[in-house]
Order: sequence, then structure tokens, then C-alpha cells
Amino acid sequence: MLEATALACERGGLRLFSDLDLALEGGSLLRVRGPNGSGKTSLLRILAGLTRPAAGSVRWRGRALDEEYGREMLFIGHAAAVSDDLTVLENLEFTVDLFQMTTNQHRNREALELFGLERVAQVPARYLSQGQRRRAALARLALSRAVPLWLLDEPFAALDSDAVERVSELAAAHLAAGGMLVLTSHQEFSIAAPATQLIELEG
Amino acid sequence: MAIDWFRFGSPQAFFPVAGKMVPWFAFLAVAFALPGLYLGFFVAPTDATQGESYRIIFIHVPAAWMSMFLYLVMAGWAGLGLVLNTRLSGMMASAIAPTGAMFTFVALWSGALWGKPTWGTWWVWDARLTSELILLFLYLGFIALKAAFADPQRADRAGAILALLGAVNVPIIYFSVQWWNTLHQGASVSLTRAPSMAATMLAAMLLMALAAWMYSIAVALARVRSIILERERDMAWVRMSAGT
Amino acid sequence: MAGFALLVRRDLRLALRRRGDIVNVLVFFVIVASLFALGVGPEPNQLRAMAAGVVWVAALLAAMLSLPRLFAADLADGTLEQLLVSPQPVLVVVAAKIAAHWLLTGLPLALVAPLIGLQYHLPANALGLLLVSLLIGTPVLSLLGAAGAALVLGARGAGVLLGLLLLPLYVPVLVFGAGAVTAALAGIDPGAHLSLLGAFLAVSSLVGPWAACAALRVALD
Repeated sequence: MLEATALACERGGLRLFSDLDLALEGGSLLRVRGPNGSGKTSLLRILAGLTRPAAGSVRWRGRALDEEYGREMLFIGHAAAVSDDLTVLENLEFTVDLFQMTTNQHRNREALELFGLERVAQVPARYLSQGQRRRAALARLALSRAVPLWLLDEPFAALDSDAVERVSELAAAHLAAGGMLVLTSHQEFSIAAPATQLIELEG
Repeated sequence: MAIDWFRFGSPQAFFPVAGKMVPWFAFLAVAFALPGLYLGFFVAPTDATQGESYRIIFIHVPAAWMSMFLYLVMAGWAGLGLVLNTRLSGMMASAIAPTGAMFTFVALWSGALWGKPTWGTWWVWDARLTSELILLFLYLGFIALKAAFADPQRADRAGAILALLGAVNVPIIYFSVQWWNTLHQGASVSLTRAPSMAATMLAAMLLMALAAWMYSIAVALARVRSIILERERDMAWVRMSAGT
Repeated sequence: MAGFALLVRRDLRLALRRRGDIVNVLVFFVIVASLFALGVGPEPNQLRAMAAGVVWVAALLAAMLSLPRLFAADLADGTLEQLLVSPQPVLVVVAAKIAAHWLLTGLPLALVAPLIGLQYHLPANALGLLLVSLLIGTPVLSLLGAAGAALVLGARGAGVLLGLLLLPLYVPVLVFGAGAVTAALAGIDPGAHLSLLGAFLAVSSLVGPWAACAALRVALD
């Protein structure tokens, strides 16, 4: 479903990787590993369609990436995409509307509860701790069963063990249901997956 | 016969070609400028109304032509780089900008020098001079934007978008300034509306315009060579040719 | 269309939570315009002659003050990234940003401008014309401004740079906008000025959003 051929990436005149191929089918977990600055985030951003690769191309369902891809893919980067002046609930609702996800108020509440955010749901995001902010960003995972491809950049950073477990459970359920997951992580983690792939980037 | 133009789109291939061309264009610039200046300043007849001071048009007009034309050339290169994603295009745009700004400045400066004896003041809000002033601002904006990014690729692409935006706007700005000028009844004597041109004057003007062309090409090529070296200093071919 | 409305609503809601930002721009506008009178002197005829120019220059500067925030906050917290990977076309995102910016700065500036015109002894017909010229012209400030704001994202000294890039591009707005009022004062029909201003608005609405989209992609590359 997701295919990339002969990808190359250049940052600031440095070639980070080249001739990278990958192919992902339903139920596959792809882990991208490598030291700092090896291009893990760049690879994820290329797959999300944000960064233009120096060479090569990414295809989804056999077609070049287009706006339709935005409905079938979920990307969570380093920044939590949580606006300081909106409450936690408003932030989630905006994401839901932006990505045209099917959900309801009850399920939104449940998603926040799952990540232990029910008490701060009405609090402006500026008062959240770093970890809470990450949780607020990840809460949408609980509503994204129907999104086939998840791209998660360091999803476990700044999370406590409880939240790590929540994310791992959601990811495992997603994979078991035939979804796809690409993630980068420094930490070790355990996510049950029907198929696992690994890309090692060298520094 | 098909020439592979894209081969010259790579900085590595272009570097030696540019190096060979620089002296030729520099030579041509001098070869056109010397007779042009001689004709303009010694042979062309003295003007009945403006006296000798009109002779500055042999500097002013070619500089003004060049300043406008170079902005379009720069935007053209920038657009090419944006569409084809060639590295050299952005470097060419960067190399042309200072020369364009220089000619704009020369056009303004020579305009002021001409204005003093003619209008009795260094600056008049004449349509041509005002447009040149705004063009100078556009060049400075482009150079400043490019300088504000550490990543040259980012700088090239942002600069390209700005140059294209500017190129679309330049005719509108010119028109608006012209319009503004007629509404407010500007100077009645215009620098460019020179009296009927004698053949020697026309020849001098054309020679000087050609000299400005050749000079621009020579300088842009020389500058693009140093930009190539600076940007690609870590590439193997630069190290090899530098002997390190 | 739903996406456009969603994004405009979000920006309006955010602005409502930071009301100070909008008010500050308006206060700045009024202060700058008033300072001109202090610098030039209170002679009514002289003030009347320069009124339109002063109001328009002050409006350009006020817009300049509001533009750096247009995309910067969304870039910093990662929202911009999400907007670009979302199913919404980037053009819709940019158009919504421009619309919200105009509602929050251009429109209030236009509505306040007649008050400054009064300070400058403008007659009633010129006051109306000032309002009309600002209503047609301020969208240009947002349209081209969005392109500028997107271009300077992540640049060193973005605020000053923005002025350097945008103010020369705003020249036609200034000429046609202020010219309309000045022409009316001189007893000339301002219709031509307003038509030209409208034409420039049309051109800006084509090139501004295009450039902003391209610049956003570059900024997030």
C-alpha cells in the first residue's frame, strides 16, 4: 500500500541517506532506527509528504501522494500541534474536524480519559506539562482506527510508563486490525505486530 | 545535433565553462565601453537646452535598462530553479542580484547628478527615478531574504518565490508610479525624454548598453563561480581541483 | 468549504482569546496617524492634503505589525505541519488564514480610519471615500502579506525583513488608495483610482495565495 523507491534525503548540503526502498502492507510495523541526525525524522516527513525527497518517490495505493492521502494517513511529529490558547478538548475537536474523522462527543471524552486528560479537558493547553501536551497530541490515536497509516515520530518521548502502555496497546490493536505503522524510537518498546520491518539509518 | 543542456545545469560542469567565458565577456565589455564613452562624451553634439550635462544619459539610460532587465532575468532563473529543482539556477539568481542592485543604484545616482544642474535639486519625484528607487528596494529585499537563511536551498527557494512575486508586481508598480506622477504634475523635463537623438548619440547609447550587458554577464559568471565553490566546498570535485 | 469555515472559526476564536493583539494593532494605527499631525503642525489645509497618505501609510505599518504572527505561532506549536498533511488543500488553508487576518486587522483598520480623517479635517465625501478605498485595499495587505509572512518563517530577524519585502510591493495600493481620496479633494472623479485598486486586488488574489502556498511548503520542507 505504501511504497517508496530510491529515496534520498539531503539536509543542509549533507546527504543523510540514499537509495532507500520500502514497501508496507496491511498489518506491518516499520521501525526506523538510527543515531541522532541520521535522518529518521526526515524519512518520516518524506513519507508524510511534508519534505520533498532529494531523489526517489513515495506512492500510496499505487498513486503519488495527494490530498486524499491526508484522510488515510496520520502523522504526529515532534511538535504536539496543540494550541496554547485552546483547551485540550477544543484542540482535539479541531483535529477531528480537520481530518474529517468520524467520532462523537462521547468518544472524544473517552479518548481524553484513556490518556488521563479528563481533568484538564477544559483547561487551556498553555497550562499543560510537557508530558500532558504529548498525551493531548496522542489522544487522537484512540479515534483513528479507520486511518490506515500511522506515522509516529518518537511517540514515546516525554511519556510516563502508563502512557507508553496506552500508545502500545492502541498501536497493537491498529496493526491487528490490518493498519500500518511507521515509527521512530530511541526507547525499546513492545508492540505486537503481524509483520515487523526494521530500517537502520547510519549516522 | 542535441546538446545535453542539463549537463551544464550541474554546478560541477558549469564551473569550468563559466571560468572560460568570464575573460571573453570582460574583454567585450571594455571593447564596447571605450568607444561608447568616447562617442558619448567627446563626439556627440552638445545639447541646445541642457548643455553638456545631458551626457550623463550615456551612463544613466543603459544602467536603468539593465537594472530592470536583470530583475526579470533573475526572476527567470529563480523560477527555473523552482520548477526544475536545479541547484545552479538559484546560484545564478544570487549571482545576478548584486549586479542588478548596483545598476539600479547607478541609475539613481546618475539621475541625481543630472538633476542638480537641470532641476536645481538632487532629487525629484520623477516617475523614472521613483520607480528605480522602488526597484532598488525590491533588490535589497531579495538579497536580505536570501541572507536570512542559513540553509542555501531554503534561501534559494524562498528567494525564488519572492523574485517571481516581484516580477509580477514590477509592471504594476511602474504603472502606479507613472499614474501617481501624472496626477501630481511631476517634473516637466524628463531625463529619458532627451532631445531628438543624433546618430552618434544613438550609437554611443547602444554601445554603452552592450557594454553593460557584457559586464553583467562577466560579473555574474565570476560571482556564480565563487558561490559554487562556497556551497560545494565539501564535494569531492572541489577538493580535487583545490588540490587538498 | 467546510474546511475553510473551520479554519476561519479557529483563527477568530484564537484571536478572541488574545484580544490584546487586535486592539494593539488598532491603537498603533491611531498613534502613528496622530504623530504625523504633531510632526507637521496643525495647519488644516496642509493636514487635509496629506490625510489620505498618512492614513494609508499608517495602515500599511499596522498591517506589517500584525503579519509576523500569521503563521509563526502555528509553525512553533506544530499546527502548521498538521494543516499541511491534512486533507484540506493548502490553498484552502492559506485562503482561510488570509480571510481571518483581514477580518481581524484590515476591516477594523478601515472602520477606524474615518475617525482619523476627522482629525485631519476631511470633508464628509472624502471620509466615505477613505473608508471605501480601505475596504478595497486592505484585503491586498492580507493577500500579499500572507505570502510575505510565509516567506520569512524561520528567517533571522523575520519582523524587519517582512517590512523590507512587503512595503515595496504595497506601493500600488498606497498610490491608488490614497490617490482616490486626494483626487476627490481636488474635484477629480475618483472612479479610475478605485477601479485600478480593484484590479490590483484581483491580481493580488491570484498571486498572493499562490506564493503563500509555495512558501509554506518551502518553510516546512
